[in-house]
Amino acid sequence: MSKITINIDGKDVQTQEGEYILNAARANDIFIPAICYLTRCSPTLACRLCLVEADGKQVYACNAKSKEGMSVVTSTENIIKERRAIMEVYDVNHPLQCGVCDQSGECELQNYTLEMGVDAQNYAVKDVDRSDIDWGHIHYNPGLCIVCERCVTACKDMIGDNSLKTVPRGADALEAEYKESMPKDAYAMWNKLNKSLIGLTSGEEMLDCTSCGECAAVCPVGALVDTHYIYTTNAWECKQIPATCGHCSAGCQISYDVKHTSIDNTDDKIYRVMNEWNYVSLCGAGRYGFDYQNRVEAKDEAAFANAVEAFKKADTIKFTSTITNEEALVLQKLKEKYGYKLVNSEAKAFQTFLKNYSEISGTKLYGYDLEATHNANFVISVGTAIKSDNPNARYALNNSMTVNKGAGLYFHPVKDPVIEGLGKSIMTMYHAPLQEEIVLYLILDLFGDKERLPSEIVEYLASFHSTKTITVEEVIKEEITEIVKVMKKNEETGEEEEVEEEKKKMVPKKVSKEVEVDDNRLLEILGADDNFMETLEKNLKKKDTFALIAGPDLYTHPNSKNLARLLALIEKYSPFELTMIPTLTNSLGVALICELDDEVGSYTVGYNTKGDFTLSALGDGDLDMPAINQQEGTLTSINKRANPTNAAIGYNGYELNDIANALGLKAELVIEYTKMLPVEQGFRAEEFDDLPNHYDNDGTEHRGYLLDNIAVAQSGDESVEKFNEDKLEGTLIYMANPVRQFTPFTYKTTNLDEVSGVYMSEEFLSTSDFNEGDIVRVKSDSGELVANIVSDNKISGDIILLPTFDSKINSEALFSSYRFTTASIEKV
Amino acid sequence: MHNEQIEEHFKNRNVTEIDSNYYMVDIAPYPTDGWGKFKRVLKRSFRGELFVGLWVVLREMIKFDTHTIKYPEEKMPIGPRYRAVHEMKRLWESDTERCIGCGLCEKICISNCIRIDTKLDENSRKEVTEYSINLGRCIFCGYCAEVCPELAITHGGEYENASDQREHYIMYQDMLTPLDKMKAGTQLEFEGFGAVTPHEDERVKKTPLAY
Repeated sequence: MSKITINIDGKDVQTQEGEYILNAARANDIFIPAICYLTRCSPTLACRLCLVEADGKQVYACNAKSKEGMSVVTSTENIIKERRAIMEVYDVNHPLQCGVCDQSGECELQNYTLEMGVDAQNYAVKDVDRSDIDWGHIHYNPGLCIVCERCVTACKDMIGDNSLKTVPRGADALEAEYKESMPKDAYAMWNKLNKSLIGLTSGEEMLDCTSCGECAAVCPVGALVDTHYIYTTNAWECKQIPATCGHCSAGCQISYDVKHTSIDNTDDKIYRVMNEWNYVSLCGAGRYGFDYQNRVEAKDEAAFANAVEAFKKADTIKFTSTITNEEALVLQKLKEKYGYKLVNSEAKAFQTFLKNYSEISGTKLYGYDLEATHNANFVISVGTAIKSDNPNARYALNNSMTVNKGAGLYFHPVKDPVIEGLGKSIMTMYHAPLQEEIVLYLILDLFGDKERLPSEIVEYLASFHSTKTITVEEVIKEEITEIVKVMKKNEETGEEEEVEEEKKKMVPKKVSKEVEVDDNRLLEILGADDNFMETLEKNLKKKDTFALIAGPDLYTHPNSKNLARLLALIEKYSPFELTMIPTLTNSLGVALICELDDEVGSYTVGYNTKGDFTLSALGDGDLDMPAINQQEGTLTSINKRANPTNAAIGYNGYELNDIANALGLKAELVIEYTKMLPVEQGFRAEEFDDLPNHYDNDGTEHRGYLLDNIAVAQSGDESVEKFNEDKLEGTLIYMANPVRQFTPFTYKTTNLDEVSGVYMSEEFLSTSDFNEGDIVRVKSDSGELVANIVSDNKISGDIILLPTFDSKINSEALFSSYRFTTASIEKV
Repeated sequence: MHNEQIEEHFKNRNVTEIDSNYYMVDIAPYPTDGWGKFKRVLKRSFRGELFVGLWVVLREMIKFDTHTIKYPEEKMPIGPRYRAVHEMKRLWESDTERCIGCGLCEKICISNCIRIDTKLDENSRKEVTEYSINLGRCIFCGYCAEVCPELAITHGGEYENASDQREHYIMYQDMLTPLDKMKAGTQLEFEGFGAVTPHEDERVKKTPLAY
């Protein structure tokens, strides 16, 4: 896309060819009123406020594309009249009890009513019953709803749940005289508004979606409100703490709204989580899982002394990646000083994977990020239960399909109705576990540049191809000529008369023919449908930007080294822009900062995981630690950014830095380590307090800094091993969490009410003897556990999910390292 | 005054030299030795000034014609706009509380002494669960009464709020008009800050209704 210059209100602005006028104006700080438009989503055209005059013609700025040399005027006499009438219409029958509305002044209806100077009402229509409705985690008040459809748009274009739609309002028709007396656009907008309200697509009474709450966040009025938040506080009473979500590797920008708990209790409490919804979309865990702080009243000196003692005795520190970069650096420094073994299996697997990847790619990190996925129009996901591993990756996948008219290809063993529900243009292939290697070979085969690829690989791939002859039925269009009688005006006489005309017409015709087709055995091994190639070719039409999301299944795969090399080859020899999903919140940061070991020694200090002495931010250890929402520091996200986060809730106990100081490191505050983060790994020597945390109006992200993707020496060896045809069969279990749960921290929060247990799909439960709530013993080669069955309608198929968010269920014990394994399940 | 003169004042602080209206108070020199101090004590003790005052009191007492209000038996009448301890009013129509829990009083309070807790009640309405004003901090400025959209919080005439502590809270129930008073119809409207101005009805623009 090329840069062009357009003129808005006499100001020359630079923008991209084909960018919407509204976005061009916003990026250059020119105000055009608009309610229904969401950046990154498709235009809705519900509010019509963004009327502008482009080259003398009235257009809607949200869906009119900029052209070179275009001249735009943002307000004319007529436009002002339209906008004023539109705001008057929005105010018709809108309750005036702003005092008890949860929007509490953050209301776009209020703002625009004042902006357009509405000081009298000229329109009226009889109202219908609009009592409020409880949809579960969301509360809908149709009385306040202005049907801008932002919720519907966000749910469809960004989240992909398609849970909301407009439903008939059942109101009287508008009085006929308005059609003449009102401004044209205002009337058209009112006519549509008066016919609709928001309802659930499913037709059920309660929302059954992935519960992200984005609909309530984007609501410009108080119509959609999070149930937990209703009438608990006014927005203006809360202090907003800019932060980074600590639940998964997406590292979303959030801000905690904090206020005292109540009149009796002056302790700080987080009331809700807000986000810059034009530029970042949260998942349910980020939105509702905010109160996981470890409240500690005072310093426990005895426990601290024990901890220092334990550190002196220990030879191993075992930890999880739910820590900040600074803490990871503290651990690394302790290792350098005292020779501790640092054990973190999940980060170690990712570290090794990245190392193997960089041998071919020549860079320390994967080349792209989720931003690239948002902008792509063909996205492949492989090796990840994307909706629960990294919800933002799923949003990116969905967003690329809906807004860029893209298509997707989802490879995973677990059948996923949520992914299938993203739309018609997503193809799913449910291969068997362990076949990820074949999937990568298939991608290389389908998309790799055969002329540049190493010849051994080309030959190897060619060995799976053969030609076969099949009979296909094809519909062709045939041209026929027919004579039709039409009424035509005789130009001489001016009268209508019947004339015979010859008309050419295309008629579909079925023919059957024999064709030679390519037979790809890779598809056969993976168990693809017969029409896989056909659908794929259809989906690949007009696609020019490709993105590949690779996930944690690959890092722990027995052949992970080969997988890493294959990914590097795909990135190098195909148009795919590669992003990898780090397993946990800060797995990428830990993998870059810490030198990790494999084996634990004789005495272990555990940090957020069980050890001989346990430090825990969950409050269940020997010494309490602050949780991520009580800490300052940086977190490394999937987008290769070191994002700053701040403490929302106070913490009065000891932190890791205190222990490090007692052991001879010296730093008053843990954020003194921010500038010491390893530059040779791509970090920058920047002070924590200098790190920004905001977005520009054009969506440019200013959060922390982007890591440099350091080049590493390549050996030049690009050989990959042939794939292994092993696959897991039988009763399969998969280590993955349900949507909205990631770690014991999300499980601790009050608003995330997922039940812990063994997750089985409804489909599986209906065909087996198991019932929801049954206690079962799950036994694999590595271990066993007993838990109750939970029915999950967000998965289908036979694979059973074992979650890791409940530390009482030790799911890890059942798996050697790969996320899938075979198991036996019996009722207890 | 001329600028020159002002400048003169600044430069020369010995005002008597500039303006003859100033004169020095005649202050006798302080006694420096013990004998001088003793003489001063004697002079102050037996000069009889004490009895002048005592006589005035005695004279007024036997006259029985006092202008003093005998507080606390007697109290001054308080004007209707007087801003003393807050009251929470009820609706005349239904006797229910006027407060809708909007929190504007909490927001506007410049001495930050109002706090309000709210929740969703079973009728899907906002319910005030707790409301407190720290009278120890309140400066009785009247902003809360002025900002209140429902004429719910007002000032009252009760000014006796002495307390043995700096912090002195008044709660919602203490301020609310008692129901018996409501039944008797003796709730008084506040005429001060925030009250409806006369002829308000004439200034309201009518909204068209389709009924």
